[in-house]
Amino acid sequence: MSNSDLKVAARGDRELVISRTFDAPAQMVFDAYTKPELLRQWLLGMDGWTMTVCEVDLRVGGRYRYVWRKEKTNDEMGMGGAFQEIINPEKFVATEQFDQEWYPGGALSTITFTETDGKTFLQNVMQYDTNEAREAVLASPMEDGLAPGYDRLEALVTNEKRSAAKGE
Amino acid sequence: MVILQHSRSQNSAYDLDATFFALADPTRRAILARLVDGEATVNDLVAPFNISQPAISKHLKVLERAGLISASLDKQKRPRRIEAAPLEEAVDWLEKYRELWEGNYKRLDALLGVMKTENKNKKKKIGGKK
Repeated sequence: MSNSDLKVAARGDRELVISRTFDAPAQMVFDAYTKPELLRQWLLGMDGWTMTVCEVDLRVGGRYRYVWRKEKTNDEMGMGGAFQEIINPEKFVATEQFDQEWYPGGALSTITFTETDGKTFLQNVMQYDTNEAREAVLASPMEDGLAPGYDRLEALVTNEKRSAAKGE
Repeated sequence: MVILQHSRSQNSAYDLDATFFALADPTRRAILARLVDGEATVNDLVAPFNISQPAISKHLKVLERAGLISASLDKQKRPRRIEAAPLEEAVDWLEKYRELWEGNYKRLDALLGVMKTENKNKKKKIGGKK
């Protein structure tokens, strides 16, 4: 679908690991992740949303707060947390909690920036609070690389979708 | 981003928590995979899975609660069959999550490109002054 190497994978019981390589030095990627004037330019989520609040107090114990707004509907979504560890530009660890809990509880996010030959491998390990539902998200389709039967399941789902689209 | 539905009504989205919980167990995924091939009764499932009938029934209950399967009421043995819609939502959730980040990261790529160009220009200027 795309030529990016973005990976979203499950690890253990409550972790979700997002990784991707960026064609820029670690300091630049770290800055883009921690400076509000840069964050505002890319961390937007879905189309039609803008970031209305972006505050980052980049020090251990410091807090950050993001709010997004969908202009058309005036829907707002906010999240925030606190920094637990900062090694500029290699790593930071921060808690996160959404105002509207689209997943129950919160999570701890550990983001590492590993530079090789001017490129940066970013890894974001999201560790969710103990929670059956989240564990389930992480353990669900991705983890076993999908059993053969599960592949058929997906095919079935796709077929259903097509039928639905045809109005059957 | 998808807001998980914690309450369930007939008109609203399926309870994703229940769906993911149901899908988290390998035996339940295997049962679902078996049901893709066609309806099956509890007894049909006991033999291949090599677990007790009560255990199978328990798994079926979880799958049923998640709306992933349904039972035919008209037949005595109540064969179970698969229901695609909730699973479709679960698969969509993961795909949407991935798409969300890919969208963000593409913007970040563009931003980093700009930052790199600016850096080079700065260096050039500094070099030029020497």
